[in-house]
Amino acid sequence: MNTICVEDLSLSLGGMPILKDISFTIDDGQVIGLLGANGSGKSTLIKAILGLHRFQKGTVQLLGKPLKDFRAWDQLGYVPQRASVSMHSTTVMEVVESGTLANRRVGWMGAKQRASAMDALEVVGLADQSKELYLHLSGGQQQRVLIARGIVNKPRLIVMDEPFAGVDLANQTEIATALGEFAATLLVVLHETEALASILDRTLILRDGRLVYDGVPTKIHADAQHKPEHTHHTHLLTGMEHRWTS
Amino acid sequence: MDFLTFAFVQRALLASALVGLSAPTIGTYIVQRRLSLLGDGLGHVAIAGVGLALMTGSAPLPWAVAICVAGSILIETLRQKGRATGDIGLAVLFYGGLAAGVLMASVAGQGAGALSSYLFGSLNTISVTDLWVVGSLAAVILVIAVGLSPQFFAISADEDFARTLGLPVRLYNYMIVILAAITVTIAMRTVGLLLVSALMVIPVAAAQNIFSGFWKGMWGAMGIGVIASTGGYMTSIYADVSPGAMIVLITIGFFAASWPVASLIHRHWRPRKDDIDPLPVPHLTTEAHDHVHGPGCGHPSVHHGDHIDYIHEGHLHAPHGDHYDEH
Repeated sequence: MNTICVEDLSLSLGGMPILKDISFTIDDGQVIGLLGANGSGKSTLIKAILGLHRFQKGTVQLLGKPLKDFRAWDQLGYVPQRASVSMHSTTVMEVVESGTLANRRVGWMGAKQRASAMDALEVVGLADQSKELYLHLSGGQQQRVLIARGIVNKPRLIVMDEPFAGVDLANQTEIATALGEFAATLLVVLHETEALASILDRTLILRDGRLVYDGVPTKIHADAQHKPEHTHHTHLLTGMEHRWTS
Repeated sequence: MDFLTFAFVQRALLASALVGLSAPTIGTYIVQRRLSLLGDGLGHVAIAGVGLALMTGSAPLPWAVAICVAGSILIETLRQKGRATGDIGLAVLFYGGLAAGVLMASVAGQGAGALSSYLFGSLNTISVTDLWVVGSLAAVILVIAVGLSPQFFAISADEDFARTLGLPVRLYNYMIVILAAITVTIAMRTVGLLLVSALMVIPVAAAQNIFSGFWKGMWGAMGIGVIASTGGYMTSIYADVSPGAMIVLITIGFFAASWPVASLIHRHWRPRKDDIDPLPVPHLTTEAHDHVHGPGCGHPSVHHGDHIDYIHEGHLHAPHGDHYDEH
């Protein structure tokens, strides 16, 4: 079954076209990296898929349901960019617990929610910091808290917007391994594919709002490992686009 | 303490306690949303309601509630549609409400002086009817703001994420600003419309200095709000000064005291960094490799404490004598 099905999606913001005729499908259990230079439309695309941005043309289906009829929010995990949150005077546990509110329009936090939050914090290696203030953590640790919040319901589909920004390589690999064990479908906006190399099934590449590549990611890893100077995403993407679009 | 036997003092104490409890509760969400001046803007809108009441010769509180709620819905609609940033929307409310209020009061044949009891509060003149209205509205605010606190926290901290939880984010956003508008109007008889924002924001800031976490901060802010409101009123009787101003100054006193109190608490409960024995760092060497790390070697470098590590196939290699350590 398709977990995500995007057909002919076009989106403009303030009259400016951002996404142009994008179509792709993601099957159950696939791990997909979404790459592209700054301003290529990666974040806008995942926000459109999640219903956070209205699109003018096309359709999106999540877990077999058209977006407007989608209600299985507990099956969906979203990890936004760290800069988009306002966690003033909030503990790590409170941040992660808030993820358990899927489809709970009323109701308080109880032992069940706390246990789920603690499990998610174990996955990202921050269980010991559950009582710390979110803002007292390092940037990488804050990012891991947001990842824990996104996976707290053990969702079938996880959508992440640059989840590894500021996270060191050792922790990236550890989190990627843990994510791989979830057997969930993953759509991840990435700058570099290195951290997810072992679990990536496919890569999508956006350029100027268009999908310019949809295929296997093996060449990215090969190049990235043998030419460290090419791990910078701009060099990498330029190289990939030349190869795959020629 | 003989003055406590007077009915007007009892009514004033009860009203100030109710406002002291409800203003910081809704203020917690306002602070989290970084809209600390929302209460101030809504206070100015409520002045238009009072001016309208003076012009029509009717009771001010219902008009203030109606106008203030309408203003809050307008500002939230503008914010949600992205037609105006929070700041611009607040500025329009601020000046428009104040100007309309003064204009209508003057049309009613009364100068700005007629507005002063609402601008700065007049606790001693609260009637039994006023107290019932204030009590009922405060109960509504507290039940909703505390009852839906997990959901309100989620949308205040991260609106996009809350949407992906299936929460009715628009509805809850409207509820928060409407509750803020009601809070402002019930506070106009205690601290007054010009000072109400202080009671919504400053207890929250003081509590967040002392207590760790959103909910502890909210309970703490409610406690500080009640103590500052009732304590401020009592002090104003002894000192024979304006109760509204005294309440706000005591709230600011709590905020000033929150820094040293927080410092004492953290020093007492948390071990100092020096007291913690650092964990021994194991000495792990890398597999032997011919490649020599250095500037321009092709591997990204990162600062690590007092030295530089090189990222080599997902590992951090640190030069150490004639070999490299795994960091």
